[in-house]
Amino acid sequence: MAKREPKAPKFRRNRNPLTWLLRHAQNSVAALGRLTRNPLSTLMTAAVIGIAIALPSGLHLLIDNVRSLSGTWEGASSISLFLEQTLTDQQAEQIRHTINLRNDVAEATLITKEGAMAEFRRLSGFGEALDLLDRNPLPAVVLVVPSAAHSSAEATGRLARQLEGYREIEMAQVDLQWVRRLDAIARTLERGVGVLAALLAAAVLLIIGNTIRLEIQNRQSEIEIVKLVGGTNAFIRRPFLYEGFWYGLIGAVIAITLVLTALSLMQGPVERLAGLYESHFDLTLLTSGTFMAILLGSPILGLAGAWLAVGRHLKRIVPD
Amino acid sequence: MIRFDNVAKRYPTGREGLSGVNLDLAAGEMAFLTGHSGAGKSTLLKLIGLLERATRGQVWVNSRNLNKLKDRDIPYHRREVGMIFQDHRLLHDRTVFDNVAMPLVVAGMGHAEIKRRVRAALDKVGLLNKEKSPPISLSGGEQQRVGIARALVSKPPVLLADEPTGNLDPDLSREIMELFLQFNQVGVTILIATHDVDLVRSLGKRVIKLREGLVESDTGALD
Repeated sequence: MAKREPKAPKFRRNRNPLTWLLRHAQNSVAALGRLTRNPLSTLMTAAVIGIAIALPSGLHLLIDNVRSLSGTWEGASSISLFLEQTLTDQQAEQIRHTINLRNDVAEATLITKEGAMAEFRRLSGFGEALDLLDRNPLPAVVLVVPSAAHSSAEATGRLARQLEGYREIEMAQVDLQWVRRLDAIARTLERGVGVLAALLAAAVLLIIGNTIRLEIQNRQSEIEIVKLVGGTNAFIRRPFLYEGFWYGLIGAVIAITLVLTALSLMQGPVERLAGLYESHFDLTLLTSGTFMAILLGSPILGLAGAWLAVGRHLKRIVPD
Repeated sequence: MIRFDNVAKRYPTGREGLSGVNLDLAAGEMAFLTGHSGAGKSTLLKLIGLLERATRGQVWVNSRNLNKLKDRDIPYHRREVGMIFQDHRLLHDRTVFDNVAMPLVVAGMGHAEIKRRVRAALDKVGLLNKEKSPPISLSGGEQQRVGIARALVSKPPVLLADEPTGNLDPDLSREIMELFLQFNQVGVTILIATHDVDLVRSLGKRVIKLREGLVESDTGALD
């Protein structure tokens, strides 16, 4: 029978928050110090991260700009009024005239049934097939351009509804089609950029993970000795996590610099292009949302990458 | 302080490091572990420092049953067990001071206290004038004394040494052993694995001889 041992004393754990904070500060500074001791390799890794983040961010901003552009052009829309089939050309012209007199209308143009047919024949390529029809199924159309004061999407919509109230008008359609298409394209691209961003975020995670893995290998003997003299896993993990964090932060700064440089390089040509359309357009360089997303997201990715690497490789290093 | 109850250790390779060891070392005792290589000396020390876990039986250190110690508590256990190795295990990209300071840094001690303790430890092993040197510039005996200073700097109640004089000539070996005797006199429990039977015999301390994973003889078994 084994003799009774006295009760084991409790291990003393350091739980002083001030010491804890101090140690984190020291670790953070020390990790930055280690990175600056190898400026070239640090910069190269950070640059890869920066480019990987700058790519989707820049595209996102570009698309944002296109969408704001389509927003400002939404006013340049027109309304198509489809007239009742039974109307004669003369009656149609009368309607056009009436509408043209409204002060919320800048211009009203008539496309007669024949005109519509000719255009359709020309554009559709159904020329011969259309000859088989015994009568023209197309209605006459009045194209209405709202006056400048009534060119907003809302006012245009209201005008269209009023015009639809006319007995002779079967249907009024606001032609926002191309604006909508542009918007739809922008949305599609945005989704693409989202996928790209997710892929590149994964790449950043892997880059940092791999960098930290190499760092762990280089410092294997140190880790073993720290384990031998009673270093906790948290103690060993901490410097690597801070390195990941710094890589992410430096990468974020590089990414922001790249995006700003690229967009400001585009600003001149964009202004010239807008000038050609007799319009003015300011390129949005960096929204505060995107700025914060890069500045917070990248270090978080860095931390996560380091965490994955440390978690995987630290357990394998066991002193013997 | 250290107790083994019928302890066996079988490695995943199938090799049996220990095959049923009973041992009791009182607090403040000093003992030597001898035997041929492969007799289980290193395994026994590793079980105490929890570098390995026993596959059978129970190991007690400082009133704790190591079998029941959780993995996350191992670092705290190791802070109470100073370990010294034949190959010193020093970091060559750091100064002697930084090497000796490691156990204190790891334990989160303040800067001033670290400086005071490291100086005191280096003074005890006679290397105070070398604190800023890289370990590689020191002789083998000096490097081993740095290793000893590192093991002692946090004042652990237990000190383990695996062939601490393995690479040293007889005079240096004796010096190192005398250091251990001094530490033992201030109450540290010490267990030293060594080949050097002649030196051990001349010191007159308890000798535990292992053979094929079992205790063959023990000059100071208590009961």
